[in-house]
Amino acid sequence: MRKIFLLPARFWMALFFAAPLAIVCAYSFLTRGDYGGVELPWVLENFTRLADPLYLAILWRSVWIASLATVFCALLGFPLALFISRAGRRKNLYLQLVLLPFWTSFLIRTYAWIFILRDTGLVNTVLMRLHLIAAPLQLLYNDGAVLLGLVYNFLPFFVLPMYATLERLDPALLEAAADLGARPFATLRRVILPVSAPGLVAGSVLVFIPCLGAYLTPDLLGGGKSVMLGNLVQNQFTTARDWPFGSAASLALMLASALLLAGLMRSRIARELM
Amino acid sequence: MKGRALGIYAGMAIAFLHAPLAILVAFSFNSGRFTVWQGFSLHWYRAAMLDPQLSEGLINSVVIALFASVISTVIGTMAAYGIWRRSAPVLSGTLYLSLVTPEIVTGVSLLALFEWAFRFLHLQLGLYTVVIAHVAFSIAYVTIVISARLRGYDRTLEEAAMDLGASQWRAFSRVTLPAIAPAIAAAGLLALVVSFDDYVITSLVAGVDSETLPMVIYAMARRGVSPVVNAVSALIVVAFGAIVLISQRLQAR
Repeated sequence: MRKIFLLPARFWMALFFAAPLAIVCAYSFLTRGDYGGVELPWVLENFTRLADPLYLAILWRSVWIASLATVFCALLGFPLALFISRAGRRKNLYLQLVLLPFWTSFLIRTYAWIFILRDTGLVNTVLMRLHLIAAPLQLLYNDGAVLLGLVYNFLPFFVLPMYATLERLDPALLEAAADLGARPFATLRRVILPVSAPGLVAGSVLVFIPCLGAYLTPDLLGGGKSVMLGNLVQNQFTTARDWPFGSAASLALMLASALLLAGLMRSRIARELM
Repeated sequence: MKGRALGIYAGMAIAFLHAPLAILVAFSFNSGRFTVWQGFSLHWYRAAMLDPQLSEGLINSVVIALFASVISTVIGTMAAYGIWRRSAPVLSGTLYLSLVTPEIVTGVSLLALFEWAFRFLHLQLGLYTVVIAHVAFSIAYVTIVISARLRGYDRTLEEAAMDLGASQWRAFSRVTLPAIAPAIAAAGLLALVVSFDDYVITSLVAGVDSETLPMVIYAMARRGVSPVVNAVSALIVVAFGAIVLISQRLQAR
């Protein structure tokens, strides 16, 4: 009886999630056909090509940008989560305010930054009107814009687990620290931070994973100049039509995401938070 | 003192999260084409309504979102209930994995599956391939929302119903289902939003005649900024905001 309830989900996920990944897995060991299809023989070449300097640079850039975005999310998100966890009855209101933009269309949130940053966008228009600059600044289509877009889009991913940990922080600990003469900064460093480590780790992983595999943000805000792994995959499957190589790149991305998730789930952190 | 500084910071951070969307909405009412305020006008909304591509995209998106959300809500509810009865680690693991799999990977792998299947079937990409893809990534959202609800649900209620002679199916449909109905509605609305919003996966598995609204908006955004996009965006932001608020209210019930 219980099996019947699980059956539709098992069927759908097997056919339309696991099977496609298995196909990509198989394709990554095949050869590109003359007309963009896939052919035998089985080769390892697609994976060794990932180590080409050209692609290695994209790989490193993805890891670097995702790491920077994670650090910024942590720096911006920690005080925000701390504030919300102490907001008493208004906690839920503030949480909703943080989450609401997250639910309003990823595409539109990214487009909003184009509107603000482009040559004739809000920032440049205002600066030119104030005669602070003579010519528009190039704010769009560079790594900085991509980073800004990622931090903006994924900040809530950090704030939520961070808040969940801080919320459970016993206020008596803080009182005890104050009673024992700790200054606010010492309390932060020696009481709050060690206790909130699980939230910090969980939040960082939850930001890093989607940033590493980001496609739309570097595509729209990087304008083809700031290419990340996601764009490489998309390009190989569409314009370049090198499916075996695109599959190998997908697999690398997938493996990195899955390993990070597995690490998080197996750690003590997941049990504390879920 | 320190508390106040933290409060000011938090206010700025929340403003940072809302400002870009607020600016976008504000300028959708600008009568001019440029980023300089020239007076209030609904001109761009009129232009958006009259744009044939946008209305076609809207219809496609609505049709896809309705089908995808209904199917994924049914499947996800059943899965959450099954997992609640007794854990199913492989299915749960797969659902979590589907949540963290980069969208671009989900998209290209589904494209690979469809193209492979088309060698044997005389079919091509269309609206239905988008629906299939959207259901595949929405099931996890639905299952998580309903699982959260079931965690706080008293197991003995079903047992009591069965002790009183109800079959397991009857116990589920007459006792448990009504109790979790608000969560099911909330999950359905969430699935509606994630389906309506998706661009990356959709753009890979949509047929040539099945452009969705996000695909039209993306193409416009790529071509350059047009106030028409601002107007459409404003409408979507408001609609999404309302749906998500309703969904959260339902989840809190």
